[in-house]
Amino acid sequence: MNGAQDLGGTHGHGPVEPERNEPVFHAEWEKRAFALTLAMGMPGGWNIDMGRFTRENRPPGEYLAMSYYQIWFAALEQMSKERGLVADEEIDAGHSLHPPKPVKQTLSPGDVAKALYRGGPTERETNTAAKFKTGDKVRAKNINPLTHTRLPRYVRGHAGVIERVIGCHVFPDSNALGAGENPQWLYTVRFEACELWGADADPSVKVSVDAWEPYLEQA
Amino acid sequence: MSGHDGHHHDHDHSELTETELRVRALETVLTEKGYVDPAALDLLIETYEKKVGPRNGARVVAKAWADPAYRARLLKDATPAIGELGYAGRQGEHIVALENTPKQHNMVVCTLCSCYPWPVLGLPPVWYKSAPYRSRAVADPRGVLADFGVTLPKDTDIRVWDSTAEIRYLVVPVRPAGTDGWSEDKLADLVTRDSMIGTGLAKQPKDIAK
Repeated sequence: MNGAQDLGGTHGHGPVEPERNEPVFHAEWEKRAFALTLAMGMPGGWNIDMGRFTRENRPPGEYLAMSYYQIWFAALEQMSKERGLVADEEIDAGHSLHPPKPVKQTLSPGDVAKALYRGGPTERETNTAAKFKTGDKVRAKNINPLTHTRLPRYVRGHAGVIERVIGCHVFPDSNALGAGENPQWLYTVRFEACELWGADADPSVKVSVDAWEPYLEQA
Repeated sequence: MSGHDGHHHDHDHSELTETELRVRALETVLTEKGYVDPAALDLLIETYEKKVGPRNGARVVAKAWADPAYRARLLKDATPAIGELGYAGRQGEHIVALENTPKQHNMVVCTLCSCYPWPVLGLPPVWYKSAPYRSRAVADPRGVLADFGVTLPKDTDIRVWDSTAEIRYLVVPVRPAGTDGWSEDKLADLVTRDSMIGTGLAKQPKDIAK
């Protein structure tokens, strides 16, 4: 979706302001919101792409006004409610009022280290051949889906070069919709800054994105 | 925020308190229903507050500086090379190491969200997830570097890596001069978090002299 999350090349956000000796979390509630989000992945049954889509799928003014963990928490509440795991009146009451819905799996303390160490690799076996090879000239398609995509607007319609054939990976555009992993070949595509931003851009700058095959066409 | 806070604005308590209450309420409900175990939540928090952070990445970089065979393995296939030091897993399932040189400076961003190599750098700082960084890193990297007090020579090419998929990038900064023969432990003290994102450079020996 062409939402506020797609920030590359937008103006007016001001300078980057690093914080000296920044703590990992800035408030107790951020810790809990972070941990709840990680722990609810198992019982919730959603995948990372559904999570990302839920976070970005809100009015741009809201998205930009919310802090990072506020966005995470709002998405966690929403996904929990959508799946019938919690109800509004329970959050208002601060207590469970209805019997729990059966869930496949929960995260026990004994499994935390193992689960984090395992992570969630996205590379998949394939018997298809990659359409592009290193050095090929490609163009990012001009697509504007209303649903989740990982092709940022600033590269759409622009020509670049395949720098690396990464492998076959879960396709977020499908996975976010619950339409299956639909693995696709993934490439690192390199663009000249002048191609992306025009003749005044810094000629010493190149930018790459990692793009799945359905995002690309021969240039 | 969607749905729930619009009608509370005229109350006394702050937005933060509202959020705090709401997070506490959801945690209680999810715990009572048996979906989450608070002890598991504590462990998740402890992991990223105390165990997993940029010190991990610094050890990787220091080893690459000190050990040419390790450097070669890291640049060829970073995930197993980083795994040799025991760092692996969530948000670091597929890592690529990018070596900075006097000719090319690499800088990493995620314009679409906050993708970051957790096993080697921990959780991202606020600025990395912020609109100013995500918007400008790809269009004006030299301007962003200036915000960090970094000026590169004009003839150094800049390469920006937008982490749009599940590949995570770790920058190996240029090894400072005057560090020949240093131990990996001592070298690791020169490696800052920002130098592994590409918004900073490694410290110089004089910066850590006691």
